[in-house]
Amino acid sequence: MGKLYVSRRSLLKGSAAAGVAIAAPTIFTSRAWASDFTNKPTGSSVTLGFNVPQSGVYADEGADQLRALQLAVEHLNGEGDGGMMNTFSSKALKGNGILGKKVEFVTGDTQTKTDAARASARSMIEKDGAIMITGGSSSGPAVAVQALCQEAGVIFMAGLTHANDTTGKDRRRNGFRHFFNSYMSGAALAPVLKNAYGADRKAYYLTADYNWGYTTEQAISQATEGVGWETVNKVLTPLGAGDFSSYIAPVLKSGADVLVLVHYGGDMVNSLTNAVQFGLRDAQANGKNFEIVVPLYSRLMAKGAGDNVKGIFGSTNWHWSLPDDGSKAFTKSFGTKYGFPPSQAAHTVYCQAILYADAVERSGSFHPCGVVEALEDFKFDGLGNGPTLYRADDHQCFKDVLVVRGKEKPESEFDLLEIVEKTPAKQVTYPHDHPQFAGGELGTCNAGTA
Amino acid sequence: MLGLSRKDTTLLLIVLALVVLAPFLLNPFPEDSELARFNAGYPDLMQRFVIFGIFAMGFNILFGLTGYLSFGHAAFLGVGSYAGVWMMKLLTVNVVPAIIASVAVAGVFSLLIGYICLRRSGIYFSILTLAFAQMSFALAYSVLTPITAGETGLQLSLNDPRILGSSAVDGTIPATNFFGIAMRDGFEWAVGGWKFTFNFGYYLCAVIMLIAFYISIRIFRSPFGAMLRAVKSNQQRMNYTGINPKPYTLAAFVISGMYAGLAGGLMVAVDPLAGADRMFWTASGEVVLMTILGGAGTLVGPLLGAGVIKYFENIFSRLNEADLNQMFSGLPDGLQSAMVTVAQMFVGDGWLLTLGVMFMAVVIFLPGGIVEGGQRVAGWFRRKSGTEKSGKAAPAASAAE
Repeated sequence: MGKLYVSRRSLLKGSAAAGVAIAAPTIFTSRAWASDFTNKPTGSSVTLGFNVPQSGVYADEGADQLRALQLAVEHLNGEGDGGMMNTFSSKALKGNGILGKKVEFVTGDTQTKTDAARASARSMIEKDGAIMITGGSSSGPAVAVQALCQEAGVIFMAGLTHANDTTGKDRRRNGFRHFFNSYMSGAALAPVLKNAYGADRKAYYLTADYNWGYTTEQAISQATEGVGWETVNKVLTPLGAGDFSSYIAPVLKSGADVLVLVHYGGDMVNSLTNAVQFGLRDAQANGKNFEIVVPLYSRLMAKGAGDNVKGIFGSTNWHWSLPDDGSKAFTKSFGTKYGFPPSQAAHTVYCQAILYADAVERSGSFHPCGVVEALEDFKFDGLGNGPTLYRADDHQCFKDVLVVRGKEKPESEFDLLEIVEKTPAKQVTYPHDHPQFAGGELGTCNAGTA
Repeated sequence: MLGLSRKDTTLLLIVLALVVLAPFLLNPFPEDSELARFNAGYPDLMQRFVIFGIFAMGFNILFGLTGYLSFGHAAFLGVGSYAGVWMMKLLTVNVVPAIIASVAVAGVFSLLIGYICLRRSGIYFSILTLAFAQMSFALAYSVLTPITAGETGLQLSLNDPRILGSSAVDGTIPATNFFGIAMRDGFEWAVGGWKFTFNFGYYLCAVIMLIAFYISIRIFRSPFGAMLRAVKSNQQRMNYTGINPKPYTLAAFVISGMYAGLAGGLMVAVDPLAGADRMFWTASGEVVLMTILGGAGTLVGPLLGAGVIKYFENIFSRLNEADLNQMFSGLPDGLQSAMVTVAQMFVGDGWLLTLGVMFMAVVIFLPGGIVEGGQRVAGWFRRKSGTEKSGKAAPAASAAE
């Protein structure tokens, strides 16, 4: 009638180091192997936890992620048109749930805060028995929840998180990232920028004053310096500043001829609007046209900034206008259900849900360590990004990166970005111990309570 | 018992019983029933109940007794958390040094802030504390990123030195523990349709909460507590009689800062991550709400207020449209959708609306908070049975000054 839940680790430690530490009394350890891992599904269904921002600055993206995840659940359970499951290169999924168990889900609100994200993930794991957590639209919560999932012994399939740290210094064995990262943005953007604007450019950075801002600024500046650009100045701006005029004003007098806005979401909308209002786009500096660059683009941001994004370069993980079968299938089934095309945030979590389910099918068990093994060095195709590798060394996906530009003549409110170049995966690949990613260790997989 | 009056002893025993039996009391509904979603008996939330109880209790020592409304208490909670995580990074994942360091660092920090802020009273004091807290938040969020890990939150890593323990066990970060008993472990008991969870981390927090509660009772009943009440009722008169209130208010401020640090330390003891968000001004506002909602200046009020707010935040905020449709499925179609539409405003991300309405109702009709409500109900029963109501005045809950 009673059941002890003790993590396997502490048992191993307890028995191995009984003489050193005061080990857990034997009464606590006697029935430790009742089940294999945290939240092992026992009934006819399996519960996934969708932890997305439902309030706060990224609420729009969270809502889009939730739509995509609901769609993924439908497809996994064999409802709807199957979406990207039909184009996915692995055919392990049969449309009868995962391992024959019907997929159910619970949702939580990250509020884009580390504490809130962790609290809602914990309650999904402890109360609702979620076996996998996915979603999220910011790197802070992603890193926090990834660490939590490692401790609890469930799988974390990161949502939209672009900072290097997620698969860099904060990487974890139980966590996986499908989304691209700051380094890849830099590596993809730099050659395109060089072709468009020349090698002799002076860049000025306005950087959001938090973790993602730092890693992205570093990645972009190192990459552009690699093609001959010079960095004039780097200025940190507070998150959610609202008005960036005071930061924009000194840019023209600084001698720079490119402004890089390392901002995301509402901040990017505001800073770009300010910059355009200050006439930066029509200005001349050093005898050249003044240019603006936005490292990480999303359709939702482009929509917010309106006409101001026209002609501005940036990078993105995926765009619904891609012509491959996977993208078309996904856009079609998302559009049929909701009436508009999906965003990159929606795409990445949809892929993550399918990838997780597929890994469970292939490994034949929900055991997190089996899932980790199945995902490591897994090569796949047909999910909209071309051939993709889930690298074992850091659990980062390597795939083509899109360089996009704000469209001059948009045909609809969703048709705001045009794809300039598809940078091949080879060009954005880096060694897993690259300085920008150094200091992290995956550790070993944790299956949690025994 | 323990130097307490009979009444206080009873109160302590009631709180003891509530805390020990919480896994049963908070899980009243069987696992597979419709109402199971209202169960709150899972480790994370139970830990939150007692930890925020400690936080509010400490805040109440300052606000409830002296009337000084600090609007920056979350800063001490955050500082305590960071100190705790650093202890676990540098020394050992045993939670004892972490908790001690949290209290000590928060104490020193509150001494510094209190010394400056207590030069003013009333609204100026509130604004000063708010300013300091926001400064701390901004520092933690960006400037001090090397120490606080900024937005990501400070967490343990495999490369930490942990000179008294081990950096890694089998390639995994060791679990936070109390002399070998891991905080996240526990005992589950399934009986009938119910499943009760007894989590070691929760019981550690609960024991510490009971000790903190006992100390709080002793402070309330001591001559020192009487001095603090005197500050609240008329500080000028104290000055005229030749008593300098500053040392008393500063002591109260530091004690309450240490309570906040203790809460911060426990938070990282059960979940080793310290995020800057917990120092944000909304977190400071939350503890004010908890205290007023429960009953400022009362002993159990803050505990009740913390429980109510955390319950709403974690349970109501997670109800969605599908849940509501299920709950009202017995009603006729038109009525069902109408009920769902109305109810939807109050659950999910609308939980703050529910809280706001409740808070207004409490402040308008029960200025003494939930505790006053309880006293009124008890009063009716006593009047019915013919005995005199005890002469204890309803605790004043008017805002500071």
